[in-house]
Amino acid sequence: MRISNILLMVIFPTAALAEWETNMPRGVTPTSEVAYDLHMLIFYITVVIGIVVFGAMLYSILYHRKSLGHKPAKFHESTKVEIIWTVIPFIILVGMAVPATKALIMMEDTRDSEITLKVTGYQWMWQYEYLEDNVTFFSKIADESNAARRLGSGVDVTTVDNYLRDVDHAVVLPTNTKVRILLTANDVIHAWWVPELGGKKDAIPGYVNEIWVDIKEPGTYRGQCAELCGKDHGFMPIVVHAVSKPEYYKWVGIQKTNRVAKNK
Amino acid sequence: MSTDIDKLHDDHDHGPSSGIMRWITTTNHKDIGTMYLWFSLIMFFIGGLMALVIRAELFQPGLQLVIPGFFNQMTTMHALVMIFGAVMPAFVGLANWQLPIMIGAPDMALPRLNNWSFWILPFAFTMMLSTLFMESGGPAAGWTLYPPLSLQGGDSFPFTILAIHMLGVSSILGAINVIATILNMRAPGMTLMKMPIFVWTWLITAFLLIASMPVLAGAVTMLLTDKFFGTMFFTASGGGDPVMFQHIFWFFGHPEVYILILPAFGIVSTIIPAFSRKRLFGYDSMVYATASIALLSFIVWAHHMFTVGMPLAGEIFFMFTTMLIAIPTGVKVFNWVATMWRGSMTFETPMLFAIAFIVLFTIGGFSGLMLAMVPADFQYHDTYFVVAHFHYVLVPGAVFAIMAAVYYWLPKWTGKMYNEGLGKLHFWLTTIFVNLTFFPMHFVGLAGMPRRIPDYAVQFADFNAIASVGAFGFGLSQLLFVYILFNTLKKDVTAEDKVWDGAEGLEWTLSSPPPYHSFEKAPKVD
Repeated sequence: MRISNILLMVIFPTAALAEWETNMPRGVTPTSEVAYDLHMLIFYITVVIGIVVFGAMLYSILYHRKSLGHKPAKFHESTKVEIIWTVIPFIILVGMAVPATKALIMMEDTRDSEITLKVTGYQWMWQYEYLEDNVTFFSKIADESNAARRLGSGVDVTTVDNYLRDVDHAVVLPTNTKVRILLTANDVIHAWWVPELGGKKDAIPGYVNEIWVDIKEPGTYRGQCAELCGKDHGFMPIVVHAVSKPEYYKWVGIQKTNRVAKNK
Repeated sequence: MSTDIDKLHDDHDHGPSSGIMRWITTTNHKDIGTMYLWFSLIMFFIGGLMALVIRAELFQPGLQLVIPGFFNQMTTMHALVMIFGAVMPAFVGLANWQLPIMIGAPDMALPRLNNWSFWILPFAFTMMLSTLFMESGGPAAGWTLYPPLSLQGGDSFPFTILAIHMLGVSSILGAINVIATILNMRAPGMTLMKMPIFVWTWLITAFLLIASMPVLAGAVTMLLTDKFFGTMFFTASGGGDPVMFQHIFWFFGHPEVYILILPAFGIVSTIIPAFSRKRLFGYDSMVYATASIALLSFIVWAHHMFTVGMPLAGEIFFMFTTMLIAIPTGVKVFNWVATMWRGSMTFETPMLFAIAFIVLFTIGGFSGLMLAMVPADFQYHDTYFVVAHFHYVLVPGAVFAIMAAVYYWLPKWTGKMYNEGLGKLHFWLTTIFVNLTFFPMHFVGLAGMPRRIPDYAVQFADFNAIASVGAFGFGLSQLLFVYILFNTLKKDVTAEDKVWDGAEGLEWTLSSPPPYHSFEKAPKVD
């Protein structure tokens, strides 16, 4: 399957590449969108700089060679051009810093949220607490992935649905709602990251970090721990189901009844 | 100063002792330089084997070869071996060989110290590598040793820390020697602003080493006392702060990054003019740019830890200072291109490696600029995008510069010319495979693959398979490098004194190979 893909890419580069994920997802939250837009802006700026610099170099390599009989020029300094290629990059950097700072200020503003979700990292699972609604549960890798990922399990992992990206209890969050997520950890440092919901932040013992999400599209979003946290660091996925607000409150109700039923 | 040394040093004709004792007792800068370079090559292969274990496991999704704990030991050890065992000793080896013959000195200023700073290394690495055979296995918390995770380490933990202390001692002694040599033993007439640029970059690097290695020593000592003596520096439940470790570590770690690249800048700034047959463009600005990069390296450390939840003002400060580094680095790249511009270029192996350095290091610089953008970094942080970035600046960056330097000076050191055709073949294989290995890592990183994981979701499979193929190709290509080295050593054709027609500098006025005591009489520099 994979070998055939490599061959396919050699023969039909565009066709094969179309299926291959090569870029950051734009995501479904305001924070993921500004991160993506900034990423693309800087990427295009570096591409232009690259074309200019490497272009000049390539021209020089092609034409200023001894084998063509080119004689070396004598110049070896010029204060004027040194100033030019100090000032121009500075101006470009200012042009990058302005949108970056704006985006950063927006991302760090966790005020006026409607719901607070507290996430605690453990070796190797997540605990989720809905502070307003008093719902708490642990979430760890789904059994099917967990069995398949063992050394010598004999399972073809490509046949496992959402291999390493499925959990036993998914987080449910309402769409079009500003949700504040508090991050901490109980043992070592973890990092909670769902690419389509925006950036990650570390979950650190003794600290409570904050991020916020405002999911615009209902759907299932997957991520995983992003800070090395021991042997099973690669096996603590995150799944977020984003549903409409009424559905969310229905889900919260069910969680509460379940808990009451369990306690009896 | 140098005339005083001549008077004190009367017996000019004593050569090296014979047999193994030559290498154990030597105080000669060339012998020590040679030992550093061979040591570095051996470590390059040991670290490379660890990288191949990593890439073999990541060839396909699912765990086929190793358990996750061992995988983490491999990622940790690969980094420690490559940074402290391969790249840093290679640069110290080059400094040992080149500094005296570039500044017109007979030897390094502190020869006995020089012997000691080398001989610490094999023992430190024997101890560090031996932890892999302990019951608990080697260190597995990443080379950054972040607590609380690193405090969970087993028996290997104190051994690793002691080894790091020894490596630090070795580096600091080496740096003291470099500074003493450069400041005291230059030929008459060689003012600071007339020094070869490689000498300048090493002088600045040596100051970075002296300033940053003790900080690392402090950080790891606090880890040690946290683990064994009940201190709570980094333990939150005892009032300590795990984030403080990261601040201290990266206050060392970022200057360390430039320790790994500034000598490479010096090498490229030496080779590009030689094969362009044109003087280095903007020598003064190259010196000032190197110094600015070194100064800035002390105020950017927290860009390695944007996700720890710093206050907004801190994030903005470290974003801006990090972006500023692009300016002196840009000046360097522009100056290299201006040196090539309207030159009379030829493309021998050292030049090919130097040109590839400029292009691929710049690509690593571009991704570095992207990583400086905090909002985007929240996505990039701890993904394969970061792995791609630092491998681009370290492999086709630092390692390519080292290879360029070896090809450039090997005929001078040995008096024998390497096989140019094989050298070019080595260059092309290395360049193709290095890109095949590391370029796809940008894609999987952006698509969401975290670093330091032994197994991954199936959508990352294709690019990982390509990277693994590239890594094995890269590793095998380096066997050709070893063959070229031995092939050169057993030749009897002698190289000219001035091997390259465009090369400048005092080293080319000496015979090839140079006499055992390089400049017994200081040359005069105008």
